[in-house]
Amino acid sequence: MLYRLADAIPTIWLVLTLVFIAMRILPGDPAIAALGDGALPEQLAEFREKMGLNVPIWQQYFNFLIGTLTLDFGKSYMNGAPVLDLIARNLPYTIQLTVAAMILGTVIGIPFGVLAAVKRGKLPDSGMRIFSLVGYAVPDFYLGALFLIGFALNLRWFPINGAGSGFFDILHHLFLPALTLALVKAAFIGRLTRTSVLEVLGKDYVRTARAKGARENRVIYRHALRNALLPLATGMGLSLLATLSGSVAVELVFNRPGIGRLLIQSITERDYGVIQGGVVVFALMVVFVNLMMDLLYVVIDPRIRVK
Amino acid sequence: MTILPGSVGTLSASDDIEHAIAPEPGRTALLKDMLFGQASTIFAFSVVVIFLLVAILAPWLAPYDPLAQSVLSINKQPSWAHWLGTDQFGRDVLSRMIHGSRNSLLFGLISPALAAFFGTILGVTAGYFGGVVDRVISRVVDLLLAFPELLLAIMIAAVLGGAFWNIIAVITVAFIPGFARVARASTLAVKQEPYIEAAVAVGLRTPTIIIRHVIPNISAPILVLMTLWVASAIRLEASLSFLGIGTRAPNPSWGNIIRDGLNNLFGSPWPIIAAGFAITCVVLSFNLMGDAVRDVLDPETTR
Repeated sequence: MLYRLADAIPTIWLVLTLVFIAMRILPGDPAIAALGDGALPEQLAEFREKMGLNVPIWQQYFNFLIGTLTLDFGKSYMNGAPVLDLIARNLPYTIQLTVAAMILGTVIGIPFGVLAAVKRGKLPDSGMRIFSLVGYAVPDFYLGALFLIGFALNLRWFPINGAGSGFFDILHHLFLPALTLALVKAAFIGRLTRTSVLEVLGKDYVRTARAKGARENRVIYRHALRNALLPLATGMGLSLLATLSGSVAVELVFNRPGIGRLLIQSITERDYGVIQGGVVVFALMVVFVNLMMDLLYVVIDPRIRVK
Repeated sequence: MTILPGSVGTLSASDDIEHAIAPEPGRTALLKDMLFGQASTIFAFSVVVIFLLVAILAPWLAPYDPLAQSVLSINKQPSWAHWLGTDQFGRDVLSRMIHGSRNSLLFGLISPALAAFFGTILGVTAGYFGGVVDRVISRVVDLLLAFPELLLAIMIAAVLGGAFWNIIAVITVAFIPGFARVARASTLAVKQEPYIEAAVAVGLRTPTIIIRHVIPNISAPILVLMTLWVASAIRLEASLSFLGIGTRAPNPSWGNIIRDGLNNLFGSPWPIIAAGFAITCVVLSFNLMGDAVRDVLDPETTR
């Protein structure tokens, strides 16, 4: 456990170094990129001074590492606002969306997957196959746009943009974007559940449970599903990250605030200060989720602790 | 010779010696089986063929110039003149869709091929030489694999910007780690084979061994991965173009047709509906084709 935690440190260092290298091999001077070709030399010098670009490259690297560790992500090249503020303002919305999609996707995906496995070869199973094939192919932003056109624009059941304020208003704004990501996720989780439940259903202890007369529901939910959870947990980690990257496009479709929209906006404005901050935050979230998944395995499956 | 289901490559009892010594029995039969065995594969195959034809013949098929704007025909609903209507600039949506297919095709084919090339080099180098090289390459590959492809592509595109070759590079880099991992694992397995030992024993130079003996023997899983990722590449290009960091306006791409459509929601929903449907169908079909190719080339893998 401690080893895993310690192992994350070089990973974070490597990620930060890669981000730094990537940001610095950019062709062109960031100062000119921010201020435009017509900027005066004094303005450029002042800009470099303000953004910490006037020191040697290794010192910039060092400042970048220290800055990130102390949660100082630098300033926006556009308006000088601290990137940390921008992130702090947008991050809660992305987390809301990801968590809601995760819950909704699991609630739809797992029962559907179990049903498909139990009724193997019958109607629910074919339904699952078609659902997962389409779910793997349909782009999340397209699904989102269809929901937007259908339920928000034409039926007016849901608002067409923003994130809302107050508990119920937030849920109201959250539903369509979360459902969009959740359906794509449910396709993945459902298929995974089907596979791992099918595998477990063939095991001896399931036969034993049936032989001793346990009711079918109990066999499936207590004996089979429980043991199918481990491979499912691996998949959930992957799909959490997929949802996180999907949230970028979905935030754009529903015009919701969030880290994804912040990053895309800063790309359009070529605001490298914010781009760097956004990229670092996404990278750290990926490392963090992977670490959490590793720790979760230990909790779910005690056998791993021995290794 | 008949190929029985489930006995790919083995000989049925009725075969006589003459048939048995025939080289590579039933490759064509196998291919036929792969393409026409299942209704879903026939569907997929047809969609892919139509898609390829449309992309290749785009300039002759498109009824209008995809970039031509017209103030007189803004936001037209679908009609005989404009099958899918027009957008907020009065451009014909069908023509933009037809031309947009070229982008999808280009990205879909070029990126997986390039990624396979570079990924194989990295993976084989790591697997064959081992030691420090392997540890450095594996560490970086593991790290990159932890990132979803789209997120990695967004991050790289954020830094590079979105010219044509940049997007190719972005998608390629996002795919390289997967190929590198497969190539490394396969190389490690192949390295144990006696024929590699033999090649070393007769004094062949290392590059010769790698090119003549290692690479041909690891090509099947890499080919499978390549076909499976055509679909992902098409999807990724659409996503990046939708986000405004892929194919740039005014050039049409299925992704940025949807992007333009969202900015014109009150005008006409048809661009969004049509372009998204096209992406979904083509990606679905390439996925099904990829599965079929995998079943033939690599029957042992189950994913």
